[in-house]
Amino acid sequence: MSISMREAWTVIHGMLFGAAFLLAFAGGLAGLYSLRPEWVTVAGLKERMFRLKAGLWSMAAIAWATVVTGTFIVYPWYRAKPPEGATDLSTFPRYLLLADPSTATWHKLGMEWKEHVGWLAPIAVTVVAFAVTYYGPALAKKAGERRTLMVFYVIAFGTAAIAGVFGAFISKVAPIR
Amino acid sequence: MIPHAMNEELPNGPVVAALIAGGLGSATLGLMTVLAEASPSIKDALNWWNPAGPLTGKALVGVTAFVASWIVLHVIFRGRNVTFAPAATIALILLGLGLLGTFPPIFAMFGGE
Repeated sequence: MSISMREAWTVIHGMLFGAAFLLAFAGGLAGLYSLRPEWVTVAGLKERMFRLKAGLWSMAAIAWATVVTGTFIVYPWYRAKPPEGATDLSTFPRYLLLADPSTATWHKLGMEWKEHVGWLAPIAVTVVAFAVTYYGPALAKKAGERRTLMVFYVIAFGTAAIAGVFGAFISKVAPIR
Repeated sequence: MIPHAMNEELPNGPVVAALIAGGLGSATLGLMTVLAEASPSIKDALNWWNPAGPLTGKALVGVTAFVASWIVLHVIFRGRNVTFAPAATIALILLGLGLLGTFPPIFAMFGGE
């Protein structure tokens, strides 16, 4: 049983950082949605705010780690150009996908979307983490702000999910070795 | 019983600054993606690190726009209350533009491979 350095980085990028972000989403959404004065006791609010702030800042850190490792470590291996006249493209995923019309869309839609939209997730979730930290318990009384933050948060999840799902599928069709 | 902290009247300026900065960063990323597709010279100019290609420039310009606009807007709105609904609408429209600009069928309309 062995794993190459490149495969290890794809696991760190996608299954450690990326999956952790997606798994944490539901907890954060429940925390934001239920942050209403009529639903929360004093003790509950104190406990919830600490958990929400810690969770959101952790998600922001994980999201930044995901896009940085993805763009600067994994992506160069994906887009590496094969030498002139190479016939075995198995270690050049981008060119392997584009060489076959039946798989080209994985690059033209999947990878092109994933590599760009993924960067919106850390931006959006950082804004949410800051706003929750800034307002603290007072956010419970600000319905408009809470709704807007939930939209940002859901978009952060949606963009991360697009990147994650396409990453998983592309890794099956043209893995980085 | 409502806790004291819940009754604090914090000015919303810093949160408005963060939301609009998030929108600006996203919209900038979308704009860079479209411009790189539309113009080979802009695509080359955004190629800041060859192994990862123009994605480096697009992403880092977007992140720089996010951070720089956040700092500027934070200084402007710090300690102030801003009418929240229009500010939130602007932030969400900018975020939406970022989503549109990074969607391949949209940016592919501007040229490219």
